[in-house]
Amino acid sequence: MNSHFLLMAVFAIFVSLVFAVLLRDEPRQQLRLGGLMLGAFLALAFVVGWLMYPLPL
Amino acid sequence: MATKSTTADRVSASAEPATLFLIALLSWLVPGAGHLWFGRREKGIVFLIALPLMFLTGIWLEGRVFPFDFSEPLVGLAAVANLGIGLTWFIARAMDIGHGLVTAATYEYGNTFMIVAGLLNFLVILDAYDIGMGRK
Repeated sequence: MNSHFLLMAVFAIFVSLVFAVLLRDEPRQQLRLGGLMLGAFLALAFVVGWLMYPLPL
Repeated sequence: MATKSTTADRVSASAEPATLFLIALLSWLVPGAGHLWFGRREKGIVFLIALPLMFLTGIWLEGRVFPFDFSEPLVGLAAVANLGIGLTWFIARAMDIGHGLVTAATYEYGNTFMIVAGLLNFLVILDAYDIGMGRK
């Protein structure tokens, strides 16, 4: 499994799950917070990825 | 009206200091054990499965169980974070796994998974402690 995006997505799922369960008590709220965090993780990865695109390595 | 956590109610204001210490220790060794103790079964089961799985995913990604070498502060701190996962750390050490493969493309990802799993368990321990203190 060498896809950077897939690895980041798996990481984001774990972190979102734990934070959502830790910070909210109701399943509905947990789902909302978890989904929001996961979406933010993935969206920011796209944005930062494209921002870094023109940078030389 | 019925409440969702009867055991948590029994804790009422706060548990005994010795009990709190025991719960924190147990929660460190087995992620989610503190929540299970207080009757927060769903939360406890999620932590019990997710955190060790995250740590083991890190090992599978060729991450490294860092040694306690404080001559390199970041390595030492990473070791403390790794240790946060509790029993899984001891099992990994006993099985002699988690050497890390620096040349693997997934090495840094593996390290991140393992470090963050340990750090998240510290938060879970603090949450269980707060429940024991009657703050939640």
